[in-house]
Order: sequence, then structure tokens, then C-alpha cells
Amino acid sequence: MTRTRVDFSAAVENEMEMTLPALSVNEGMARAAVAAFCAQLNPTAVELADLKCAVSEAVTNCIVHAYRESAGDIRLNVKLCEGRLVQVEIRDRGCGIPDVRQAREPLFTTDAQGERSGMGFTVMESFCDSVKVHSRVGKGTTVTLLKRLHR
Amino acid sequence: MIQNKSRVNYETHGDAMVIRFSGEIDHHSAVDVRTGIDEKLMMERPPRVFLELSGVEFMDSSGLGLIMGRFALVHRYGGKLAVLDPAPAVQKILLLAGMERMIPIRYSTKNQRKEGKGQ
Ligand SMILES: Nc1ncnc2c1ncn2[C@@H]1O[C@H](COP(=O)(O)OP(=O)(O)OP(=O)(O)O)[C@@H](O)[C@H]1O
Ligand SMILES: [Mg+2]
Repeated sequence: MTRTRVDFSAAVENEMEMTLPALSVNEGMARAAVAAFCAQLNPTAVELADLKCAVSEAVTNCIVHAYRESAGDIRLNVKLCEGRLVQVEIRDRGCGIPDVRQAREPLFTTDAQGERSGMGFTVMESFCDSVKVHSRVGKGTTVTLLKRLHR
Repeated sequence: MIQNKSRVNYETHGDAMVIRFSGEIDHHSAVDVRTGIDEKLMMERPPRVFLELSGVEFMDSSGLGLIMGRFALVHRYGGKLAVLDPAPAVQKILLLAGMERMIPIRYSTKNQRKEGKGQ
């Protein structure tokens, strides 16, 4: 695996990559795997809970929206960087988001039928230090979560 | 190994039904438990429903959808629904979503120490 750098060029100290099929049963697996990998930085219980929740949001969006409950792959990349910085990238090759700004608004959802609250991006934003969304219609979406751990 | 299991059990006290969740509430488990809960609610139509969340170890926005959906269902048949004793991490996401403006959040005396603590 080639070691890349995070956007603001903090050196990557450890890295994990995994690909999972877009099955809802893997939501728990994905957040647990990210949490287990980050445990080496001794995060607080609250930091870990927040990160798990943010990852769960992004992974669920791949399953529910990107692939609309049909087959596809979700790629997760986790980088632990100097300065106790965690970057988690969640990538799908699904339908893409036509208007990212609108999608990120609290309560916005394209799936009201499915009992969605439209709070996924809001949760990611409040539980992480930064959330980047790169999306192309028909190509897919990459969500990049950054969280700095304290202590 | 696969951990996103959620369990649900029911208790009735007079006109109140307490639906107690434990484990993890995400999209996977929400879809799993939703039908069973709705069948139970529609069959018994309890005037007061409490979603007891003290045993919930994880919840994301799919849990918000699950709660709002049950709130709407109970409201439709003329009942009332409240959330009871949310675990700290659950309370955090409920407040983030402004859920308390729509659905009452109650704390029983036995769980009072959790009140207002958030995280
Ligand atoms: N990976 C994705 N691919 C395609 N569309 C997406 C993706 N992620 C999000 N979206 C779009 O952005 C909208 C908002 O996402 P967000 O997670 O905030 O809310 P939601 O998923 O609709 O509801 P909730 O997360 O509360 O269950 C979605 O309704 C969907 O239209
Ligand atoms: Mg979502």
C-alpha cells in the first residue's frame, strides 16, 4: 500500500484500508473496525463513540443512497497522522450527489419514505473536526472525515 | 463478530407500554425491529408509549428516524409517545437533532443521575 498524505500534509504514521460490500449488516463491522484501528491512539470513550457514529453515518449513506440497497463496494481508508489526527475516507461508486451543499443541510433527505431524518451529515459535522464531500453524479461519492484526538 | 444487534422487549403498566431497546440501533437493526414494534403497537394501541433507551450502546441518525416514525404512528392512532432514560451518547444525538422540541424526553427516578449529563 502506498502511503499517501492527508490534505494538510501531516505525516501518516499508520494506515488501514478495507473494502466491504454494501450490505447493512456491515455497518456495525465498519465502525467497529475503524474504532479498533484507532484504539492504538488511546482516544477517550467519547471520542471513539463520536467517530463510530460519524463513520456509521457515511457507511449507511453508501448503502441506502449511493447503491439504493443494491450491490456495490464501500472502500474505507483510515490514516493515523502525526498530531493525533485521524482521517477516515469513505468511498462509494454509486449514484453521486447532484447538490452537495443542499445534501449537507440539516433535515434534508431524498428518502422521507424510508424514515430518514436527514441528519447524517449534521451528525458527521458535529462529531468530527471537518467533513469533506467530493461527489460526481453517476460516478460516486467520497466523504473525508477528520478528527483530532486530544491529550 | 457482527455486533449491530438490537433487542427489543415490551412491558405494559396500565395504559402505558414501555418498549425497551438494548444493543446498537443503526440502519440495519432499525429495519430489523421496526415491523415487530409496529405490529405490537397497532394490535394493542396503548395510549401512552415509552421508548426506553438506557440500554442502548450505540445509536446513529437511523435511530432518530426509528423514533420519529414510531412517534408518528402512535400519534396517528391518538396515543402519546415519549423517550425514557436515554443513555448519554443517545441523549447527545437526540439533542443535536433538536428531538426534544418534538418528542418529550423523560427521566425516571432510578436513572436520574443521567439527567442533563450529556457527554
Ligand atoms: N453516498 C451518497 N451517495 C448518494 N447520495 C448521498 C450519499 N450520502 C448522502 N446522500 C444524499 O444526501 C442526503 C442527506 O444525507 P444525510 O445522511 O444527511 O441524511 P439521510 O441519509 O437522508 O437521513 P439520515 O442520515 O438522518 O438517516 C441523502 O438523503 C441523499 O440524498
Ligand atoms: Mg444518512
